[in-house]
Amino acid sequence: MMTLIVNGVPHQLDIDPSTPLLYALRNQLGLHGAKFGCGLGQCGACTVIVGDQPVFSCLLPVAAVGTRAVRTIEGLGSADKPGRLQQAFIDRQAAQCGYCIAGMVMRAQALLERVPAPTDEQIRAHMEPNLCRCGTHMRILAAIREAGQHA
Amino acid sequence: MKKRSIGLSAWLCVLACTAFVAATSCWLVHPLFAATAVAEAPVASPAADETATLKHGAELAAIGDCVVCHTAKHDAPFAGGRPLDTPFGVIYSTNITPDRQTGIGAWSLEDFTQAMRRGVSRDGHLLYPAFPYPHFTHMTDADIAAIYAYLRSRDAVQATAPANRLMFPLGFRPLIAVWNLFFLNPGVEPDGEPSVATATSPSTPTAAHEEQLLRGRYLIDGPAHCAACHTPMNLLGAEKRDEAFDGNVIEGWQAPALTTLLRAPKPWTHDQLTAYLRTGLADQHGASAGPMQPVTLSLANASDADVDAMATYLLSLQSTSAPASTDAAPQEAQAQTTSADNAHVQDGAVLFSATCASCHAAHAPMTTFGDRPSLALSTAVNAQDPRNALRLILDGIPNELGTRGPYMPAFAGTLTDAQIADLAAFLRAHFSSQPAWSLDAANVEKLRKETSEP
Repeated sequence: MMTLIVNGVPHQLDIDPSTPLLYALRNQLGLHGAKFGCGLGQCGACTVIVGDQPVFSCLLPVAAVGTRAVRTIEGLGSADKPGRLQQAFIDRQAAQCGYCIAGMVMRAQALLERVPAPTDEQIRAHMEPNLCRCGTHMRILAAIREAGQHA
Repeated sequence: MKKRSIGLSAWLCVLACTAFVAATSCWLVHPLFAATAVAEAPVASPAADETATLKHGAELAAIGDCVVCHTAKHDAPFAGGRPLDTPFGVIYSTNITPDRQTGIGAWSLEDFTQAMRRGVSRDGHLLYPAFPYPHFTHMTDADIAAIYAYLRSRDAVQATAPANRLMFPLGFRPLIAVWNLFFLNPGVEPDGEPSVATATSPSTPTAAHEEQLLRGRYLIDGPAHCAACHTPMNLLGAEKRDEAFDGNVIEGWQAPALTTLLRAPKPWTHDQLTAYLRTGLADQHGASAGPMQPVTLSLANASDADVDAMATYLLSLQSTSAPASTDAAPQEAQAQTTSADNAHVQDGAVLFSATCASCHAAHAPMTTFGDRPSLALSTAVNAQDPRNALRLILDGIPNELGTRGPYMPAFAGTLTDAQIADLAAFLRAHFSSQPAWSLDAANVEKLRKETSEP
């Protein structure tokens, strides 16, 4: 048995310690925001925040999370009441197919918590590990910029 | 800290003898070499000549990797401003674009040659040897002229480097004259290029090999300045001549010894070396990482023949003596393996299975189709010092701006110091036959703080 704190709520899980965090979030806890993309840490669709860092949840075993708090996109807001960054993504229509978006939002969230009003250069450097195959990068950048300006 | 204070007192002694040397050092800045004629090129049209010179200059600049140190922002190549962390403080690289005010736009070929051969700037001030003029001094006039022509053909960028931040009294540049007296051996080395008159194939395989060796030595000791990173330094920041290519720590990474290439799990071959230098990946050793990654990216633009020659010369440097007996201590450490060590290895195994296995397990597609070697062959995993293995886990191999070559995500933000130590212990125990590393979370914490990267 191990305890995983996700979006502020402790969960007791009886799973193999080498299970990737992503599988625990999706299969055990029913949080389907983070997606499985490449499984290699090359696309970022699975990005969640652990502690204060954006991480590839497909590459982090649950045993390694320890006491660090996990936050997923579900923790930022809901469809009825989206968080500020989520609202900026909606306003800027930053999603096309949407598969990468939960990861994009969580990586951007980690940046905004550290740097409330980042420069374009900082946004680009920080978002570099996450890919969007639809090519909506310019809208994603605009959304992050907008959320940063309202800081 | 101790090393620093010794360095400081040595410098103070040096300062004392500078007063009179500075007075007599005018000859040091005298362009003695300016009279040397640039080698005559074969008769051809001026335009074709110029194109050939630019191409030659571009290839030499690639071998010298000028762009890496002289670039701070990707969109302003050669504009300088990159901070170079030295044991003596931070030195900012200069602007070598053709901008007249802030770059080398107003420099004549003689000015440029003086900088390359003597470390003297156009206005006469002495350059710090972080700029490897002790190597460039060995280049031929024709090669220096080709690099000059190439740099002059780049886009001019107006940019002034920030002021250096050096420990006292090193901001006083005339001190470098003393350093030069001891450590600068000016003089052109034979470049090993067949002369135009005798540009036929060498008569025997031995002659061909000798020619390649000479060419490789010229490139490695001159433009490529490999020893600047791969040779240990003395307290004054000069290469220790009797320990040439024995390896050094540079920018937080171990620049491995280049004299023990035959002691790798699979001894390095000429083919493996050329593949590594040109593509950043040797499928029996691993990928270039850290400060070596940009070097291999740059060498992709060098000529085949030159990289061949460099590999030939590197292989000629191999020490034939038995490995140093420094293994005693680690073996002892291994003999005392405790159950606590085993617990760390087991924790590392759990981490490996989720974090690394999707690329590095024996049957992972990345390993079977991607020409990636098993970690059992990895240079970092088999090294005596765990530094590069830890750095690779912390920093990964970045792929900024879609550069060619291998990529690995950084795990500095994902794994804790203790987890990275456990992972390294597992990698060593599982993949290498070398003795266990003695390391813990504190080692990782120390390495984490060595670079400004997150």
